[in-house]
Amino acid sequence: MAVYRRNYRPYSGAQTPEWSRFLVLFRYSRRNLFRSRFLTGFLVLCFFWPIACMVWIYLAHSASFLAKLGLPPELISIDNKFFFLYMTVQGVLSFFMTAFAGPGLISPDLANGSLPLYFCRPFSRAEYVLGKSSVLGILLSQITWIPGVILFIIQASFAGASWTRDNLWIAGSLALSSLILIAILSLLSTALSAWVKWRIVAGALLVAVVPFGAGLAEAINAVLRIDAGHFFDLRYLVATVWTNLFLVDNERAVSVGQAWIAILVYGSICLWLLMRKIRAYEVIR
Amino acid sequence: MTQPGAPVSESSGSPTGAPSVPLIELNGLTVRFGNRDILHGLTASLRGRAIGLLGPNGAGKSTLINTLLGFYKPTGGSAKVFGQDIGTNLRNIRSLVGYMPENDAFISKMNAVSFVQMMGELSGLPSRVALERAHEALFYVGLAEARYRQLGTYSLGMKQLAKLAQAIVHGPKLLILDEPTNGLDPSARQRMVRMVREIRDSREMRIVLCSHLLRDVEDTCDEVLILKQGQIAHYSDLDEERRSNKRFVELEIYGANGDFTAAIEKLGCECAVTANRMKMVLADGVETRDIFRIAAEQQVRIRRLNFRRDTLEDIFLKAMES
Repeated sequence: MAVYRRNYRPYSGAQTPEWSRFLVLFRYSRRNLFRSRFLTGFLVLCFFWPIACMVWIYLAHSASFLAKLGLPPELISIDNKFFFLYMTVQGVLSFFMTAFAGPGLISPDLANGSLPLYFCRPFSRAEYVLGKSSVLGILLSQITWIPGVILFIIQASFAGASWTRDNLWIAGSLALSSLILIAILSLLSTALSAWVKWRIVAGALLVAVVPFGAGLAEAINAVLRIDAGHFFDLRYLVATVWTNLFLVDNERAVSVGQAWIAILVYGSICLWLLMRKIRAYEVIR
Repeated sequence: MTQPGAPVSESSGSPTGAPSVPLIELNGLTVRFGNRDILHGLTASLRGRAIGLLGPNGAGKSTLINTLLGFYKPTGGSAKVFGQDIGTNLRNIRSLVGYMPENDAFISKMNAVSFVQMMGELSGLPSRVALERAHEALFYVGLAEARYRQLGTYSLGMKQLAKLAQAIVHGPKLLILDEPTNGLDPSARQRMVRMVREIRDSREMRIVLCSHLLRDVEDTCDEVLILKQGQIAHYSDLDEERRSNKRFVELEIYGANGDFTAAIEKLGCECAVTANRMKMVLADGVETRDIFRIAAEQQVRIRRLNFRRDTLEDIFLKAMES
């Protein structure tokens, strides 16, 4: 119908599959997110370290370069510690990326009361959370495991089949450590922004929560002379799991199993907080 | 791609006949928040093309709507929309419904076209179709010129229209309007009411209109459910009410004597005379032309003849007093 006729017209055509509806939210949220030039600039910045690592890998396999420096080839080794360092830097960048991008995903919907418009449609709360979180998931994947795996492939292509066979687990560690980081950061930022409707405050809160947890952990450990304070330090818990995944020697006060459980508990709390707030209307009892 | 939801042609009311399945069926529906009963065992069967939900603030109108949309879970009883239970077929029901909420509900950083298109896509429209229909819906509600403006810059009236556009973009079978004229100036209110009437008369959509403004409901609805403190205070078929009230006539007469009244009463009508005014309830089979005939015979001058009917305000006040 031509728009000028201004008649109401019912729709009886084909519909998209129900499972794909969360992708609509993903697409629009991502488009809104990338309206920010700062975010685009920061995303570009996040690729500097992977590029530096790539150059490092190349130079490590460049015999002429090493000869010029007079270094033995085994001095610059590309191993689990190298990839652990790569992930540590990208993890910090991911955190700041989440602090900037995460709150903007849900806060505006809550502030403008648009949740009833989503949920009066055949669209569930779980799909909403999935749609919004997948924006962060893809964004953080672009700066964590995807470049990490590319680096691994580049290294494998230089180092040969035997190195690849012996170190294939590193690729798995890259993926798993990234997934842990992405999941916990996505949940934390969405849960915080669901409770604090003001986007800037939600971002600031996310930036404050992690150092606050670390400070609280240190204070508890110092005052009570225990190690259990580390359970309040999310950064420490993630690092504990990562050191285990990358087989990096590092004395940790919390066991890997305990760290896993603590991370799962934090994730569950975030999910619970999120599902309590992501409702069409809040019930005041 | 799949075909849209469940078939509703039978239940949604054909353009020609009355619907065989009620639009909304409530069976002892109870909703409780904490210790407070918000809706107490509502039982009703609503079949009208446009149903008005009336009641004072806090009567439970919005809670009823929100329960039908699945936002609140019933603590007792059940409800059906188009014959489908809200407990088991919620997704199906939602695919048939367009909802315009009472409060501000928009995405400030989006223009109206993107906003309405996104809502269409979330309802299952393919992207291109959603874009086309978003433009149509915005033209239809009168936001054509402003459709590329960000929603955050809209006036209250424009936001209401944008909410209406998102509610109809996917071609729902049932349009639920929660206080659609809230905060509108008189001309914007009139425009909104006219549009709701147009939608009702197009017979493509059934309407549930929730309001505390009697005039809006009276102008647009043919069936009214009046709620009071979470209970049904009155149910009224306005069309039927209008028809039955046609039997009640008020006359302004001059030159009448007792014979005129007696002649009228002879026809079986009940009369009450005060000075120059006469009120009567017409008996079955008696038409106004019979009154005029007797007046001519008795040389009585009729200055005015009104069909007095209970206004919705009368009905509402009676319901509130009961």
